[in-house]
Amino acid sequence: MEKIVKMTAVVAPMDRANVDTDAIIPKQFLKSIKRSGFGPNLFDEWRYEDVGQPDADNSARPLRKEFVLNQSRYQGAKVLLARENFGCGSSREHAPWALKDYGFDVVIAPSFADIFFNNCFKNGIMPLVLDEKVVDELFKEVFAQEGYELTVDLESQQIVKPNGESIPFEIDSFRRHCLLNGLDDIGLTLAHQDDIKAYEAKRKQVSPWLFP
Amino acid sequence: MSAKTLYDKLWDAHLVRQEEDGTALIYIDRQLLHEVTSPQAFEGLRMADRKPWRTDTNLATPDHNVPTTDLTGGVASIKDPVSRIQVETLGMNAREFGITEFAMGDIRQGIVHVVGPEEGATLPGMTLVCGDSHTATHGALGALAHGVGTSEVEHVLATQCLIQKKMKNMLVKVDGQLQPGVSPKDVVLAIIGHIGTAGGNGHAIEFGGQVFRDMSIEGRMTVCNMAIEAGARVGMVAVDEKTVEYVQGRPYSPKGDEWDMAVTAWMDLKSDEGAHFDTVVEMDGSVIEPQVSWGTSPEMVLDVNGMIPDPAKEMDAVKAGGIQRALDYMGLEANTAIKDIPAEYVFIGSCTNSRIEDFRAAAAVLKGRKISDKVELALVVPGSGLVKQQAEQEGLDKIFIEAGFEWRNPGCSMCLAMNADKLPAGKHCASTSNRNFEGRQGAGGRTHLVSPEMAAAAAVAGHFVDVRDYL
Repeated sequence: MEKIVKMTAVVAPMDRANVDTDAIIPKQFLKSIKRSGFGPNLFDEWRYEDVGQPDADNSARPLRKEFVLNQSRYQGAKVLLARENFGCGSSREHAPWALKDYGFDVVIAPSFADIFFNNCFKNGIMPLVLDEKVVDELFKEVFAQEGYELTVDLESQQIVKPNGESIPFEIDSFRRHCLLNGLDDIGLTLAHQDDIKAYEAKRKQVSPWLFP
Repeated sequence: MSAKTLYDKLWDAHLVRQEEDGTALIYIDRQLLHEVTSPQAFEGLRMADRKPWRTDTNLATPDHNVPTTDLTGGVASIKDPVSRIQVETLGMNAREFGITEFAMGDIRQGIVHVVGPEEGATLPGMTLVCGDSHTATHGALGALAHGVGTSEVEHVLATQCLIQKKMKNMLVKVDGQLQPGVSPKDVVLAIIGHIGTAGGNGHAIEFGGQVFRDMSIEGRMTVCNMAIEAGARVGMVAVDEKTVEYVQGRPYSPKGDEWDMAVTAWMDLKSDEGAHFDTVVEMDGSVIEPQVSWGTSPEMVLDVNGMIPDPAKEMDAVKAGGIQRALDYMGLEANTAIKDIPAEYVFIGSCTNSRIEDFRAAAAVLKGRKISDKVELALVVPGSGLVKQQAEQEGLDKIFIEAGFEWRNPGCSMCLAMNADKLPAGKHCASTSNRNFEGRQGAGGRTHLVSPEMAAAAAVAGHFVDVRDYL
């Protein structure tokens, strides 16, 4: 997995609560057996006038001009600013795959749905939880200033605004370590295979029906 | 020793190791696999040249893409080539890695969350995961079960473990006695309406109180299934005699001495007296009414006799915007009656409500009645081949067909419309599924979540009605 340390980028505002993973990537695109190529269909139903199909050419499709990602001022955005309970619903990892494939490295929200939150870390996306008032303020600033950028520094756990003001953020130390070093979870776990085997040996005595 | 919750007990029993910051390695006893969230996980194993840690803990069945019409051609009967490749890929991966698959054509094939308990592949005290958020269903048997993403599917295949931090404990206690005509689905919709779609975030929910003690195991599955719609990955109910009776004699259940040993262990799978819950929600079950969702989030739900909310009366601007957007999408007016909403499509099925008891409840309403000619399509989709067989043995299929329903083959079907069963744009659907998100049942489709008996009554009336007038 690629490392994430520090980035500065345009912020796109997704100003609605409870954005679900069906909205992030609709079901027809889940038929792919690959991990890549979901970016053009991110928020498909909100982004295009017509109904998208897997493997179709998206470049010629009619856009909903008012949708945030279709506005010229938000092109090149790598930070998505969102409202509460972002990523609720289905466990589909296609949601973070689509966000990442589109170009988002960071999602900021007052709260996230649990499974989506967890899935982000596995794909080099930083889901950052900030206080609702702080998020509200960021929305106002993003709407007010075209080309509004944020710098997100994982090393120092700070978000820096265009005016130089910084906002500290909390992040799980293990998750931070994995993102900073681009670590693979499976490799880390397999380093403990003796512990897993010891657990299995013990468990087999207590619950033999689980080891047929 | 201090008093423990059911979740504490399940967590402790599966702890392989724990770091100082609380990051833990948790052992997983069972993984269920389906075609949508597993192909990239198997591909990951291949690319890293890894093998499954254990093969016998995994069980696969295709469900999301399978057609519910003609299945005689097996996988070849899937007309959409993209869907067909995904189902074929599951079969190839299962064969390559030595994993048991209930393929299309096998009577045991069905929705993973129906198949697991039905086969005894879900047992009390297990940790169980699946690349599907409705995996909480299995918690109805006193298991610790939750959905995972594809990276974690691969992680469990490769290591039999997951890296996790412990969730908080939440108790949702519903006491009293349900009114006749009020089903487990109404209970869980009322809970979601009360605590909100993010109410359980970060928590493992235990459903306790008289209502759940009185509830059947299949009813508990309906409730646990929708824990995720309240924000919680995990929903569960303590083990009791009903649990043990349900599990006994199923193909994957323990036998002989191991059965006795297992039952003794399982009877401890309940929260101790005085155990600490971080969050407690109490509700009175006797006042719960049949529920109908009106909007585009499961928390947008009301009593059947309720009126659609008015965004002008909502003080919070984000919430008011949410209500207005939902009304626009659903084509509904504020301050109108739920009962005035038409039911143009009816879908009885999904991992929430496609078990035999659901079909019995719906058939009891439909017996001797016909669906309204305003209903364009009414579908019944069993959760598995075995549910279908059982229903046919009881003659339920005939009741549905005589009423005007189509009796289909098992799968996820119109719950998320990955197969050919889609809700057309602009149509209102009385659906026993679990999500009313925009586009969930088909682009532009308008979902109203209800119980099987409420869906059946709506089919007869052609609009939403109180099922208690039909009993």
